[in-house]
Amino acid sequence: MSSVGAALPGSADDASTAGRAGPRRILDGAGRDSAAARALERTWSDKPGVLGFLRTNDHKRIGRRFVVTAFVFFLLAGALAAIMRAQLALPDSHLVGPDLYDQLFTMHGTTMMFVFAVPVMQGLSVYFVPLMVGTRNTAFPRMTQCAYWVYAVGALTFWIAFALNTGADAGWFAYVPLTGPQYGVGHRADLWNNLVNFTEAMGLMVAVDIATVILKMRAPGMSLRRMPLFVWASLVASVMIIFAMPSVMLAANLVSFDRTFGTHFFNPAEGGDALLWQHLFWFFGHPEVYFIFIPALGFVSTIIPVFARRPMFGHDAVVMSLIATGFLAFGLWVHHMFATNLPELGKSFFTAMSYMIAIPTAVQIFCWIATLWTGRLNLRVPLLFVLGFFFIFVIGGLSGIMVGSVPLDLQVHDTYFVVAHLHYVLIGGAVFPLFGILHYWFPKLTGRMLDERLGRWQFWLFFVGFNVAFFPMHILGLQGMPRRMYTYAAETGWGPMNLVATIGAAVIAVSVLLFLINVVRSWLHGERAGDDPWGADTLEWSTRSPPPPYNFAALPVVTSRQPLWAPRPPDAPTHVSGLSAEDREGLVTTVLDALPDVRYSYPEPTVWPFVAAWAVYAWLFWSGLSSAGMFWGLIPPAIAFIGWYWPSEKETTRQILLDKRP
Amino acid sequence: MSLLTRWFGLLESGRRESTPASVPPVRKGDALDVANLPSYGFGTRNVMWWGNAGMMTIEGVGFALMVGVYFYLRGLNPVWPNEGPPPDLLWGTLNVVLALATGFPNAMVDRAANDQDVRKVRVWIVVFAVLTLALLPIRWLEFKTLNVSGDASAYGSCVWVLLGLHTFNLVTDVADTLVVCAVMFKKKIDGKRYVDVAANAGYWWFIIGSWIPIYAVVYLAPRL
Amino acid sequence: MIEALHNVQAPGGVQAQAVYHLWLLLLAVCTIVFVAVMAALALALRRARRAGAETRPRVELPERGEPAVVRAVVIGVAVSAALLLGLLGASVYTSRTLAGMPLTDALHIALTAHQWWWEARYDDPAPSRIFLTANELHVPVGRPVLLTLRASDVIHSFWVPSLTGKKDLIPGREAMVTFRADHAGVYRGQCAEFCGYQHAKMALFVFADEPEAWQHWAEGQLAPAAAPRTALEARGRELFETGTCAMCHAVAGTLAGGRHAPDLTHVASRATLAAGAMPNDVAARTAWILDPQAIKPGVNMPATRLAPEDAAAITAFLGSLQ
Repeated sequence: MSSVGAALPGSADDASTAGRAGPRRILDGAGRDSAAARALERTWSDKPGVLGFLRTNDHKRIGRRFVVTAFVFFLLAGALAAIMRAQLALPDSHLVGPDLYDQLFTMHGTTMMFVFAVPVMQGLSVYFVPLMVGTRNTAFPRMTQCAYWVYAVGALTFWIAFALNTGADAGWFAYVPLTGPQYGVGHRADLWNNLVNFTEAMGLMVAVDIATVILKMRAPGMSLRRMPLFVWASLVASVMIIFAMPSVMLAANLVSFDRTFGTHFFNPAEGGDALLWQHLFWFFGHPEVYFIFIPALGFVSTIIPVFARRPMFGHDAVVMSLIATGFLAFGLWVHHMFATNLPELGKSFFTAMSYMIAIPTAVQIFCWIATLWTGRLNLRVPLLFVLGFFFIFVIGGLSGIMVGSVPLDLQVHDTYFVVAHLHYVLIGGAVFPLFGILHYWFPKLTGRMLDERLGRWQFWLFFVGFNVAFFPMHILGLQGMPRRMYTYAAETGWGPMNLVATIGAAVIAVSVLLFLINVVRSWLHGERAGDDPWGADTLEWSTRSPPPPYNFAALPVVTSRQPLWAPRPPDAPTHVSGLSAEDREGLVTTVLDALPDVRYSYPEPTVWPFVAAWAVYAWLFWSGLSSAGMFWGLIPPAIAFIGWYWPSEKETTRQILLDKRP
Repeated sequence: MSLLTRWFGLLESGRRESTPASVPPVRKGDALDVANLPSYGFGTRNVMWWGNAGMMTIEGVGFALMVGVYFYLRGLNPVWPNEGPPPDLLWGTLNVVLALATGFPNAMVDRAANDQDVRKVRVWIVVFAVLTLALLPIRWLEFKTLNVSGDASAYGSCVWVLLGLHTFNLVTDVADTLVVCAVMFKKKIDGKRYVDVAANAGYWWFIIGSWIPIYAVVYLAPRL
Repeated sequence: MIEALHNVQAPGGVQAQAVYHLWLLLLAVCTIVFVAVMAALALALRRARRAGAETRPRVELPERGEPAVVRAVVIGVAVSAALLLGLLGASVYTSRTLAGMPLTDALHIALTAHQWWWEARYDDPAPSRIFLTANELHVPVGRPVLLTLRASDVIHSFWVPSLTGKKDLIPGREAMVTFRADHAGVYRGQCAEFCGYQHAKMALFVFADEPEAWQHWAEGQLAPAAAPRTALEARGRELFETGTCAMCHAVAGTLAGGRHAPDLTHVASRATLAAGAMPNDVAARTAWILDPQAIKPGVNMPATRLAPEDAAAITAFLGSLQ
């Protein structure tokens, strides 16, 4: 009997079972108080308690986990900064010796960049992108679930090592030969390499997931032209991550091989090159600051239209600018290496590229100002943080033009001028928008509003404290103070500005404390928010606050860029029906125009991704220590991934009932 | 735009319509009813294809960077290989030829999966799995005849790591193939299993495709 | 300790001067741009009417077309691009000026960076006129200096802000930097690439002397170690040559020929010790010899157990090495 094209037994195509009595599945498509919605609630809810916590692949729970964990590390890294500022407040201070200080600035930078900034942006994408594009989960929920655990255990290991005086101590960009086999004594550098492997593995997994859900699972009618700007930002950042992160993973593994197996990638005595590290690291490192910054641009583009009560001016130009920034970011990396002995003509090329990337950024800034200029302004806390972003980020961008010039960079490179620049662009360009978006999205995340007054106090303290802390550093750099000094002599004259900076840091600490108080108090007693307290335009505000586990009782059909604002064409459909409410079903649509294409079964919750994360962790750790570990250590992950993938009888039977051949 | 749809069509199985919604949704009042839509699709119509594309890009970038490292260090070293003869051609050439030959059973597996013909899939995937398993011991012999050790010089390090990265990919994909093969022998199979087989076949094209430049860099470049 | 210039905005030579002018140009343009952008923002905030969450959003605005706004944004972007192009030109012009500065009759110094000290070899076509020193450079005013830069262990960076921009010293690679001091005085430099524990205490002092004074200094440096004048100094020299000191340090004209640590032939003529970590006086010298780890923890020099009279002898000997 030919088996070509035979119907799967028991499936919807199977003529032999047609008409056989069986439970008719409840389909979705009705309102949020219907029987279908109740069925969806049963289907999508996780089991309570620890088991549910470990098994869930609900993007909202995973996204929240990323954000909360990232914030814990933000606070830890910030505490280290406070200690550094205490040490530097006075000349010849003996609060902290060189060994601890080297660990402090390395842990601070590495944690902020790898463990806080990228994960918090990705975490917010994981939570909000499926809501904004009108679907029920991300494309590969188990992969993102696993990614969280890889990240969490990796970051925890890194910090436990620090607590045991084995913290990384060679700076967040870990130049060789200082981290090589000869001068990187002990295991400190190995722990840095491990951290990179863990966090970058996580970043790549989440990036693939986000990119796929954006391209293939948008609500019907949400063509690329109608996609919200934050979704565009997440897409650009995810694609950048896919191209950039392999570089730092490769670099960290090559230096790991030098340290553990005696290879010679960075050993000039045997044909290697110390500068190779810098090329590989910065080829990743420069795009990295952009995939921290681009989601933040997405935050700004989310907040401004809502608080100016009008669509973004120049929406298409902003999209083009995001894409252009993503591309250009890959052509700048040598501007971190201007002080090396690379050919001078080549260096000027990178100045030109560094200046060129300012243009799409300028386009966005002018479009934002135009939107505010022609809007009607609701001056609430989210918009305040956006205004703070403008002030601080523009200074940072302009100091970037300064450091982008080769001759000037040769004076200010590796000085406090650069420390000032990088904090102005990262805190101004990423953290201010982050606080703004947290105030904006807090009601959706928790169902309660953050306190407005506390928010204003937090903003002003942060704004003033930040400028008092970091503006003097421009001057310190010009006065000759290099980075990464654990102390300085009084006669250098660097004392007064350092003291001012420390005072500013203390003010920042107070503002962060206010934020924490605000979050805890509002979570417990805050004013209750409805579905849409801000009168916003994107789809996440069309469902409850916080959203039910299934996001939408019926997937929306989108007919404009502002689904909640623009009037609907009278004959257009409003929602999708026909997906099973008794199974975790979603919709795959086409890339360009989001036409409904194929039904999709989301994977059931399971504990295998959690197990797999530990297995991968054990493998990475073991292989960093011995070559046997590299091969035999693969067995636990192999078992875990097979367990993850293997379809159970129950799953297969259930799927066959849903199946319809293409 | 039509060029784009045609390109997408090329990536999907040649047998399938590349236009979206081979079964379009049905209008039911205010709703767009999708109950009759297929529950799986091949090629770019299924999310697995995109996840695969992401993984291939990640690994492709990794390989490209490693090749870049090889030539960067070669540019800094007047003598390359730093010492000793280049790798023996025998096992490496044999392996790349065999790898290319596995393209045939791979294409057959792919076609059988697209046709959802369970018997054909079972036959060809076993043939394919056995052939790919045969590549592994030959890869081991390649390492033995590289004529340099990984800790001898920058050249040795480059060659070992480049081949090592590809081997890692190769081993994980062979393991993947074995798992997918095992699942195909279950009594009950749902439609998505055919998509997984097709996705696995797609990934194998990447393994073969990346094999060729790496072979060229490891075996031919030092002889230039 | 010593008054020294170390400010990008206080150039003491022609290279630093060129960069200083570029800095002023960039500062002026960036300030104007910043003020303009903030003014636009402030104006926008002032003139826009206030609203609440329930205010009707004006969705129709993009379809209506906003030609005046489009014009304004386009002009803004065009002006930004033009300014960027101009600044790029200024940057490239400064680069070329720096590259084209005259090098006739340059003084050649080979600088090698170690963890955490600077080794300087004053080169000369006549080998007998080559001499070594450490942590302190003397250069003649008005004469170009060409430094060849090497690193013996990890990456360091040579930076004297008032004289020139920095250059990294990378193991396995050779770099070059040139400068010319146009005003006599003392310039402070600092290692500017994190190089381990004592990166913070790796200073370098550059003394720009008038040409005759510099010549006098150079002749002094060429001479071998001064003979001991007192019995204490002689005893110190004997201890130095036969003890652990000679394993790492060299003093020309004695039996000490170690090359792992700074050359001490004329150590008493230097203004500071331990790469700017201490003034060069008797107390500091003694403290350093007995326990360098207390002053610069992590440094490669071990503590030495010495009887007080022996320590005094070695200190006296070193003090005689003018």
